[in-house]
Amino acid sequence: MTGYFLYAFIYLVAAVIAVPIAKRLGLGSVLGYLIAGLVIGPILGLVGDETTTIQHFAEFGVVMMLFLVGLELEPRSLWAMKSKLLGLGGLQLGLTTLLITGVAIALNQPFSIALSIGLIFALSSTAIVLQTFQEKGLQQTEGGKSAFSVLLFQDIAVIPMLALIPLLAIPELVASAAEHGSHGDGHENLSLVEGLPPWAYALVIIGSVAFVTVGGHFLSRPLFKFVASSHLREIFTATALMLIIGIAALMGLVGLSPALGAFLAGVVLANSEFRHELEANIEPFKGLLLGLFFITVGAGINFTVLSENTGMIIGLTVAVMLVKAIVLYIIAVTFKLRDSNRWLFTLSLAQAGEFGFVLLSFAAQNYVLPTNIIAILSLVVAISMFLTPGLFIVFDKLIMPRYRGNTNQREQDTIDEQGSVVIAGIGRFGQIINRLLVANDVNTVVLDIRSEQIDLIRRIGTKAYFGDASKPDILHTAGAHEASLLVIAIDDKHTAAEMVKYAKHAYPNLKVLARAFDRGHGYRLRQLGADYVVSETYHSALEMGAEALRSLNIHPFQVERQKMAYKNIEDQQNDVLYHAWIDDASGERIDNNYLKLFVELESLIEDALKTDLHDKHSKMRGWTPPPKGYADKLAGDDAFDDA
Amino acid sequence: MKVKDEDFEGNKSARKILVLFAHPAQARSEVNIPLFSDAQNNQHVTAVDLYAEYPDFNIDIECEQQRLINHDVIVFLFPLYWYSTPSILKEWQDLVLEYGFAYGQDGTALKDKLFLCAISAGGKEEAYQSDGFNHFTIRQLLQPLEQMASITHMTYLAPFALFGSRTAHEEHRINEHRKKWETLLEKLATRQLDMDKATTIENLADLCKQKGE
Repeated sequence: MTGYFLYAFIYLVAAVIAVPIAKRLGLGSVLGYLIAGLVIGPILGLVGDETTTIQHFAEFGVVMMLFLVGLELEPRSLWAMKSKLLGLGGLQLGLTTLLITGVAIALNQPFSIALSIGLIFALSSTAIVLQTFQEKGLQQTEGGKSAFSVLLFQDIAVIPMLALIPLLAIPELVASAAEHGSHGDGHENLSLVEGLPPWAYALVIIGSVAFVTVGGHFLSRPLFKFVASSHLREIFTATALMLIIGIAALMGLVGLSPALGAFLAGVVLANSEFRHELEANIEPFKGLLLGLFFITVGAGINFTVLSENTGMIIGLTVAVMLVKAIVLYIIAVTFKLRDSNRWLFTLSLAQAGEFGFVLLSFAAQNYVLPTNIIAILSLVVAISMFLTPGLFIVFDKLIMPRYRGNTNQREQDTIDEQGSVVIAGIGRFGQIINRLLVANDVNTVVLDIRSEQIDLIRRIGTKAYFGDASKPDILHTAGAHEASLLVIAIDDKHTAAEMVKYAKHAYPNLKVLARAFDRGHGYRLRQLGADYVVSETYHSALEMGAEALRSLNIHPFQVERQKMAYKNIEDQQNDVLYHAWIDDASGERIDNNYLKLFVELESLIEDALKTDLHDKHSKMRGWTPPPKGYADKLAGDDAFDDA
Repeated sequence: MKVKDEDFEGNKSARKILVLFAHPAQARSEVNIPLFSDAQNNQHVTAVDLYAEYPDFNIDIECEQQRLINHDVIVFLFPLYWYSTPSILKEWQDLVLEYGFAYGQDGTALKDKLFLCAISAGGKEEAYQSDGFNHFTIRQLLQPLEQMASITHMTYLAPFALFGSRTAHEEHRINEHRKKWETLLEKLATRQLDMDKATTIENLADLCKQKGE
């Protein structure tokens, strides 16, 4: 047990030190993790053989990442991507495999080995690329979307590759393995479909995909609702994890890629009201697991093999990346990606990826590649991944500046789904606000912790999500960092205050409009930084009072003026009262100045609104007629008819 | 919008101009909005959007009177509605020009200030003639405002008018009008305006023509 703690501690220390430094130096978190792994692995020798095992575990981060990517992608937009997916992805995979296989044959490798090398290197790193896109906000650019299409196609293509590779087995290797007795290597092979005839296999696959899609659509909602109604955060997290792990397990059992299954589930849930809550719950796990994965890549670099074959490994890495980049560039030109997007597409995908590791170990298991070649190829994969953050830096520093002027416009257009107003709480109060905003074509993201409420609102066609808006990560996934306004209309006084405080602290540029329960709560919200505060009963009470006056046969316009007068005095005195409240609240005054001023406000309002018995008007200014007989005093002036 | 407190040290003779802008449908505005934004960008001008400041017509009398006191030239900028101002400007007059402030005993706060209207009119210039479609000239139609200036002891200048404003955009006349507007504001501020002509002419825009026109 202590041993595990020690390992975990070493990994965490490495990440905690290296990642912030890398980030500060502008290298990005991925490179930080890779360097951390390099330091604790080959350089200091703190961790050793267990890295491979941990890596298999950490690969689950990729599954989670694809789930999250799926959540961002509604089925409609996925369908719209289909030509890109097949065109870009198919061309990339086909051409790269062809070229690399050709090069390998030219280097005197037999065809079967050359082909598996080609397949392995044709894949790119979903983990690094998507993580970096997210960090740099590149997902929504044309280049980012195209790169994503290719990555998705690759993830799908892994499945037939896994079927193809055993067919490439080299007879001599199989024979020699049979002599020594076979050995497993960490990948367990639990399978439901082993030994099934092809038609049954196909049926099982179709059945499980259908189960994920239909189940995700129909079963998830009642389940989440049930769980949400318990108001236990950790159970919601557990449910989210259960969902992903369950899907991964199912896909594994039927021989499909878990990442693909998770992606599919994500797409199915993209329209769900629980989307933001799911995102917020899975995000930290994904981040940690991916970080762990990157560390293991760094730690897995074998310095002995590297130093023995330095020239060849470096040469191969450069050759692989060059071939991939050339293919990508040609595709980018063919598909009319322009300017910086062309380069982003080319540079971001020019590495080998984590699926390369999977295929390598699979190839070893199936005696397709001899071990000495595998050791070298693993290093090539790892180093090319290591170099990728460098390519992103090149893109940032050298390429982006050249195109900044003419790409900004287009990139801004494609950013969608981040509402410009986040509304927390969609009860009686929030609904009115949302309706008014939506009617004026304002993008809103609505959050509420009552799933019944969300259900109701969704039924009338509002985009609403289940989620605790007072949770920082929920606020973030709802787009608070890009929103211009946050409207807080939640019932709980304390939570509302905490939210104001957090939102103003975390997003200083975000304007916060908050509903207050009463005057004291309103002042508290104002003190915490809310930009606009309104008491929930103020305006409706004023309206009701006005209606009461009208019912008593006071002239409606006179009533309107009295209402205005009330508002004016309230506005004027509000500041004074607020400061008195602060003094009282901080205990600086013992004479209860606030209460005194509050009484004063009451009498001020009464005084101002009191109607003058003589001319039956209040003392408020406005439309005051000139004094009687004034016309005679206007000597020398022209007559002035005021009647 | 707060009253702009321009520092005129070293330039004591420059007049301070207050533009009170009234347009209730600004999304449809083609003429007035450009003029208003020119006014906002002019260092001699305090530009107030009345409908923005008082969307509920709850006009702050005290603040408006202080604005008047702080400026030397008062301009009403508005599209002509039924031969008069949009309603908020009428409300503004009713509330702000109080007895004892603007007129009547001791009501001399506006004495010797300049007053003018900058208007856009949909009808063509020919329509605003005694024998035209509208039967009265623009100066005649604005006589209530002229008399308002008179009783509040202000000097009334001819209106600065753009006729046929509904098609001014299509006929590319707006830029020219804006240039004249800039010229007018400049001349008012720097006291270059020919006062004899400015008080008697029919349309102040005719006094602000560019050289060579």
